[in-house]
Amino acid sequence: MRALILGGALAAVFVAAALLSLVWTPGDVAAVDIGNRLKPPGWPHLLGTDHLGRDMVAMTMAGARVSIAVALVAVGIGMGLGVPLGLAAAAARGGWLDEAIMRGNDLVFAFPSLVIAILITAVFGPSAVNAIIAIGIFNIPVFARVTRGAALSLWTREFIKAARVAGKERMRISVEHILPNVANLLIVQGTIQFSLGILAEAGLSYVGLGAQPPTPSWGRMLAEAQTMFAFAPHLALVPGLSIVLTVLGLNLMGDGLRDYLDPRLRRVRA
Amino acid sequence: MSLLSVRGLDLSIHGTPILRDVALSVAPGQILGVIGESGSGKSMTALSILGLLPPGARRAGTIDLRGRDLSALSERAMTRVRGAEIGMIFQEPMTALNPLQTIGAQVAETLRLHDRLSARAAAEAARAALDRVGLPEPEFPLSRYPHELSGGQRQRVVIAMAIARRPRLLIADEPTTALDVTTQAQILNLIRRLVVEDGMGAIFITHDLAVVADLADSVAIMRDGAVVEHGPTAQVFAQRRHAYTRALFAASAHQPTRRSRGRGAPLLQVEDVTRRYAGKPAVDGVGFSLHRGESLGLVGESGCGKSTLSRAILGLEPLQGGRIALDGTAIDAPHVPRATRAKMQVVFQDPYGSFNPRHQVARLVAEPLHLQADPPRGAARAQAVHAALQAVGLRAADADKYIHEFSGGQRQRIAIARALILRPALIVLDEAVSALDVQVRAQILDLLAELSDSHDLAYLFISHDLHVVRRITDRVLVMRAGRIVEEGATYAVFETPRHAYTKALLRAVPRLPEHAA
Amino acid sequence: MLRYALRRFLSLTLSLVAASLVVFAIIEVIPGDPAAFMLGLNAAPEAVAALRAELGLDQGLVARYLDWASGMLRGDFGVSYTYRTPVAEIVADRLWVSVPLAIYALSLSTLIAIPVGILAAASRGRAPDLAVIGLTQLGIAVPNFWFAMLLVIVFAIGLGWFSAGGFPGWQDGLLPGLKALTLPAIALALPQASILARVMRSALIDTLGEDFVRTARAKGLSQGQALRRHALRNALIPVLTIIGLQFSFLLAGAIIIENVFFLPGLGRLVFQAIAQRDLIVVESVVMLLVFAVILVTFLVDLAYAAVDPRLRRRG
Repeated sequence: MRALILGGALAAVFVAAALLSLVWTPGDVAAVDIGNRLKPPGWPHLLGTDHLGRDMVAMTMAGARVSIAVALVAVGIGMGLGVPLGLAAAAARGGWLDEAIMRGNDLVFAFPSLVIAILITAVFGPSAVNAIIAIGIFNIPVFARVTRGAALSLWTREFIKAARVAGKERMRISVEHILPNVANLLIVQGTIQFSLGILAEAGLSYVGLGAQPPTPSWGRMLAEAQTMFAFAPHLALVPGLSIVLTVLGLNLMGDGLRDYLDPRLRRVRA
Repeated sequence: MSLLSVRGLDLSIHGTPILRDVALSVAPGQILGVIGESGSGKSMTALSILGLLPPGARRAGTIDLRGRDLSALSERAMTRVRGAEIGMIFQEPMTALNPLQTIGAQVAETLRLHDRLSARAAAEAARAALDRVGLPEPEFPLSRYPHELSGGQRQRVVIAMAIARRPRLLIADEPTTALDVTTQAQILNLIRRLVVEDGMGAIFITHDLAVVADLADSVAIMRDGAVVEHGPTAQVFAQRRHAYTRALFAASAHQPTRRSRGRGAPLLQVEDVTRRYAGKPAVDGVGFSLHRGESLGLVGESGCGKSTLSRAILGLEPLQGGRIALDGTAIDAPHVPRATRAKMQVVFQDPYGSFNPRHQVARLVAEPLHLQADPPRGAARAQAVHAALQAVGLRAADADKYIHEFSGGQRQRIAIARALILRPALIVLDEAVSALDVQVRAQILDLLAELSDSHDLAYLFISHDLHVVRRITDRVLVMRAGRIVEEGATYAVFETPRHAYTKALLRAVPRLPEHAA
Repeated sequence: MLRYALRRFLSLTLSLVAASLVVFAIIEVIPGDPAAFMLGLNAAPEAVAALRAELGLDQGLVARYLDWASGMLRGDFGVSYTYRTPVAEIVADRLWVSVPLAIYALSLSTLIAIPVGILAAASRGRAPDLAVIGLTQLGIAVPNFWFAMLLVIVFAIGLGWFSAGGFPGWQDGLLPGLKALTLPAIALALPQASILARVMRSALIDTLGEDFVRTARAKGLSQGQALRRHALRNALIPVLTIIGLQFSFLLAGAIIIENVFFLPGLGRLVFQAIAQRDLIVVESVVMLLVFAVILVTFLVDLAYAAVDPRLRRRG
């Protein structure tokens, strides 16, 4: 419970900052002010300024927006496609459809999201959309596998047999009985993939395969800081710590949710 | 003089009291039967003696083994007692062995650990132990892995491990509960033989009075963490001094009252049904019929094909040959007309796994209504749910609860309510009372008897438990290796079995002494 | 065992074929003419025509795929457009950096994670366990390339123990090369080790709750002996799965880390190739990475069979 609250609070801070950046940031992230460049943290720039004189608080807030948006949409893609595939595979367990879905999964697993991003970038050029697609594609087999695994054990349970005796079709049983019972697991997996997505987005942006200038993103801020951090360490510390804290928050939240939602653990508590 | 004497044993786990003032004694060469329902504390008593309690456990009292108080020993000293002076057999042979190690290595480990035997000497001793428990070479070399053995064979390996070092005390916790009845009889014989040969004392924990009736020299009956009665078996069984002992006996022998049926019109017809898996027949040319209002038993050991047959009847399993018809309409999985499905419902074994934990009882019970062309809604639906709940002895208010709020017996009642709501002609009871404690089981059997009268229900009662089948069915089918080997009126089959397999089954069933002296 | 290995090998081959089709298809969907794409907007028509002939673009799709795939089987990955040398040679050079880095990092992460995970499981709920839970939670949250930058600040710029980047090659012996790969390997290994330690811990805790561990305790084994002799090997099965999965993350991570330390590995190569639109190099490196992932999956499958007798027999 403590992990859930602490993690949720940490993640909420960055989500709130990202949302706030849609309407307000302390200073314009597009405005270059060379006279004010590389200011250490202080007043009025609480976290200092970067090599173009942009306010680091504003940059971090806008960067949060990109990171969170990319990771969130990628989780959406993974869930939206992976969960139905996993349900279908489990419903057809052992059949050709199951086999086809699982082999497809294995194939996608052979392409780490960075490799997908490299391929897409090589062909279409770099963009934040690439990052979303690359991370999203990698999420599909993750959700498909988690869903299938949990659904398979549910299919052997007697309440599913009872539903079949009640004449319900596999599709309907999947939606009515299986899905609600794997939902907890999917929520937990969703937070994990969300945090992995933030890490992946940062990595892709860092090597230039993600968001392109002038869109601020944490990964690119780190890439730009690389040649300067010896004399302006805040350039590397601010976005780096933002990533660490967001991911930490999401992971704590995931762990907390799992403990909270797991009926076995709840029974012990009750 | 006693080998083991437990006095004033108290146990609590995380502050919850589990055992209260338990006192037991075991003499050398004798077997103590410890009997109790689930939650009575019988397993925890065994683990207390071994000192293998879960985290958060606090134990008080003395556990005297040959003049030494085990409760005062350090954990280090206890490791020299376990396996050497006390051998332990657990219930579930399928998971009790390390799947990655050969049986030889696992039996030898006991010996290497305590006697520092060389690998060669330990292997020889392990060989001897496996021979003693009836796993001889060349069929059972030391190099076998657990997954290559049947449940009964694995339990023999566990026993070999327990007795390899000829301990003074053997503790067996429901060692035959997961086994078939003929296997159970063999394992019981084996344990009895080993106790006599080695002059061990033994504690045999069970929920089944009949199992210890022939086996144990003395018994202790436990309830809610306390021993309510302890004494020589013949005396306890004959006198039944304690009210709880009498209640247990009454429930074990309980005979529900039920009008015996003449034959009505045929309801279910099974003709020459065959179902194969990977070329091997699981059900092989089975045929029988079940009549309206009749209660038909289907008995057999695990793997005999009775589950496959029941799934086929329920339209969950396609056939490779033959025909199943309910009320004249063919059941040809997966295409079963809704009206036909509606005439047949099912109650499963596991009172915990039979319900979607996320739905309220009303929705659980109402699920089969979906088979009706025009399912009732709103108040009519609630009315149907309430009627079904009341028919099984629950309250209408229970409809708004979730399944985890009910006990195992209540859950089975809800499962029956779900089966009843469509007023079917046939209910398939698939080991429906096997997971219940004896007193609850008696109540559910009464309920089933009553419902079959009031609702004119036919039952297909599938069970491995011959006692239960005898009490609730009119006719019985005996199944073995995918075939029906004997069929007849229940009393006739039980009194004068014709087929050798039926005879063997009936011989293997442990019996309670009929009457109190 | 042999049948099992053969079946896994067949599955490996099929995965490779499928993966090569995917890579080929993606490169083929390039809008317009790959030759024109590679040469850019201002290319002379003659140059485009020459490149088209070199790439074999005048042939049909099937012929081109077969050409490409059979070439790879022979170790012929084509000729890099920008370097004008066979891709196989360029890649081979880079592999001498990337492969040692991946193995170094995987070894580090496994050597750290397994004992740490065991320690945590054995002291479940007590101080060492809580410390491991906290530290690994942090380790998972740290992006490896950022951690790499911090390592450079502290150990290269601050303490001067290592150089901040670059690679001296292996010609001066093992040590200078290993030294140059040490910070990158640590940066790569830390997040992986955190994940692995957590998996080891939870797998071991699960296994310690199994019936056969209780059986072992009833034989007279101490908690520690039961853990070592019975629980550990059973807990290795999920750990193996994660090690296998991690390898693909490690490869991806290595590509990024190479950029932090200016290591002349596959990662640097592929980014240069993207910038220069050298599709032949991109295609080859991607296939190589995919091949590595599939190969590791195959090796993990074999390792399962070595650990688990149930798999050996079933085939």
